[in-house]
Amino acid sequence: MYNTNVEMRVALVSEIEKIMEKDERIVFVDADLGKAGGTLKLREKFPERALDVGVAEQNMASVAAGLSSYGFIPFISSFTSFATRRIADQIAISISYAGSNVKIIGLDPGISAELNGGTHMSFEDVGIIRNIPGTVIFEPVDVIQLVKALPQIVDYKGMIYIRLFRKTTPQVFNDNYKFNLFKADVLKEGNDVSIFATGITVSESIKAVEILNKRGIDTELINVHTIKPIDKETIVSSIKKTKAVVTCENHSIIGGLRSAVAEVMTEEYLCAPFKYIGVHDCFGEVGKFDYLLKKYRLSADDIVEKTLEAISAK
Amino acid sequence: MLEQKRVKELNMKCKMIRYLTIDAIGHLGVGHIGGCLSIVEVLVVLYYNHMNIDVNNPKMEGRDRFILSKGHAGPTMYSILADKGYFDKKLLYTLNKPNTNFPSHCDMKRTPGIDMTTGSLGQGFSCAVGVAIGSKIKKDNATIYTLIGDGESQEGQIWEAAMYAAHKKLDNLIGFTDYNKMQIDGTTDEINSLEPIVDKWKAFGWNVMNVEDGHNVQEIDNAILSAKKCKGCPTMIILNTIKGKGAYFAEQAGAGNHNMQIRPEQIQKALKELK
Repeated sequence: MYNTNVEMRVALVSEIEKIMEKDERIVFVDADLGKAGGTLKLREKFPERALDVGVAEQNMASVAAGLSSYGFIPFISSFTSFATRRIADQIAISISYAGSNVKIIGLDPGISAELNGGTHMSFEDVGIIRNIPGTVIFEPVDVIQLVKALPQIVDYKGMIYIRLFRKTTPQVFNDNYKFNLFKADVLKEGNDVSIFATGITVSESIKAVEILNKRGIDTELINVHTIKPIDKETIVSSIKKTKAVVTCENHSIIGGLRSAVAEVMTEEYLCAPFKYIGVHDCFGEVGKFDYLLKKYRLSADDIVEKTLEAISAK
Repeated sequence: MLEQKRVKELNMKCKMIRYLTIDAIGHLGVGHIGGCLSIVEVLVVLYYNHMNIDVNNPKMEGRDRFILSKGHAGPTMYSILADKGYFDKKLLYTLNKPNTNFPSHCDMKRTPGIDMTTGSLGQGFSCAVGVAIGSKIKKDNATIYTLIGDGESQEGQIWEAAMYAAHKKLDNLIGFTDYNKMQIDGTTDEINSLEPIVDKWKAFGWNVMNVEDGHNVQEIDNAILSAKKCKGCPTMIILNTIKGKGAYFAEQAGAGNHNMQIRPEQIQKALKELK
């Protein structure tokens, strides 16, 4: 039984520690955010394989690519804004173009940057990484999913971007959960509307589904934990059944999940009312989580409202 | 000291590598001729006198590695690797042609013998630091060589990597700066001077050597031998070079030779002078 009350970063580091014990190829490279990421203990245990390049994210990315060329599997980590947009060229060239096997951890995605505010609040990271060829983008919703994902992440040969909420999240999965990195989770089957959610919007969507259920609406809820490559099959069959779509993401509505689902629909000639929850082409600002959730209209109530709009447009 | 006979052999090799490189770029009619010709001697000394590599096993574990961070000098690398036997010399004429495995900028997924994909300046040097750390973790005693451009040294990432390499005491890392003092828009002194370049590297914690004539194989060889003996920090060897060295038309073009159009008669004349 896995302890589900721990923070995501604690779960991540404790699993990485176990994997590093068994697998000498694993290297962890920080850029002065070891305290924030909880990785300092790795340095005590694996002084040669747990590195800190200091405040130098570009160097972190290319050093990791060099290590990958030497047969290692490096994890690199920073806040999402610095782990993606700041080093977009290093990710594109040193990592993806060169075929490097580097795993990138982006901490505090979207509004979870909270009091660090607009400079640290990335609403564009998924859009940036999605446009770089050969990348995989994964966002776990709880510690069970994260822990189950890590062995598959290590086994997958290539770059994976892990968009990681750092703190405690509501539990969505239990120990029996079967994880597949490339298969979305159907959390609830339904016939009236498909909600595709990712990251922190999944637990908001679960609340929204309960409210909708009381109103007699039979919602299908799907957790799209891997935005790229997107699980086309699950998305297509759900939309064909419900004929109404809502996407929910803690990210800009440009370039992330909404865009990815829309691309699938156009490819498959699927026509359906389509509403979306996400940040509308603006920068972030300082604020506590609940304030920002309301400010950017990412809460359960907002999801209910958009879902009703989608259904009424059928 | 190299024996006189060996110096002669290496100089002959330089002529031949220069010939192959000018011929390949000339065949296409355009290319990074200047920065390709300024690094011929250092690459020849490395690949024919120092590096522990095996052409029959290009991915050999524990081999020495060379990372050409100024990736646009790929054609010189290809001439050397072809001459070493990594692939047929005829393939040099496919440079930048459709579906080639020999692009302007080095690509380790395409070309046998290339140790790192480079071209976005500053990154290869940083990758070399990662490779040198990898070698230290594996304790395989490999030497990691890397070469940066002088214009490339204006990239911030170079200095991020420089700080960290010294901090990690990477004495298995030997860097070279192709100090030809020219970049695309003019001389480095006009655009954004690197001076005092030796003091800069010293201040970053590196063992620094200044090779007055970066086309003198003896001086280069001495510097590498001395760098290999240095313990506790990485070494940067500044090579004072001439951009376009050995092709009159390129040397005359000055900063204009970074990536230039070349006429067939210019190529013929340059190749004749090398014979």
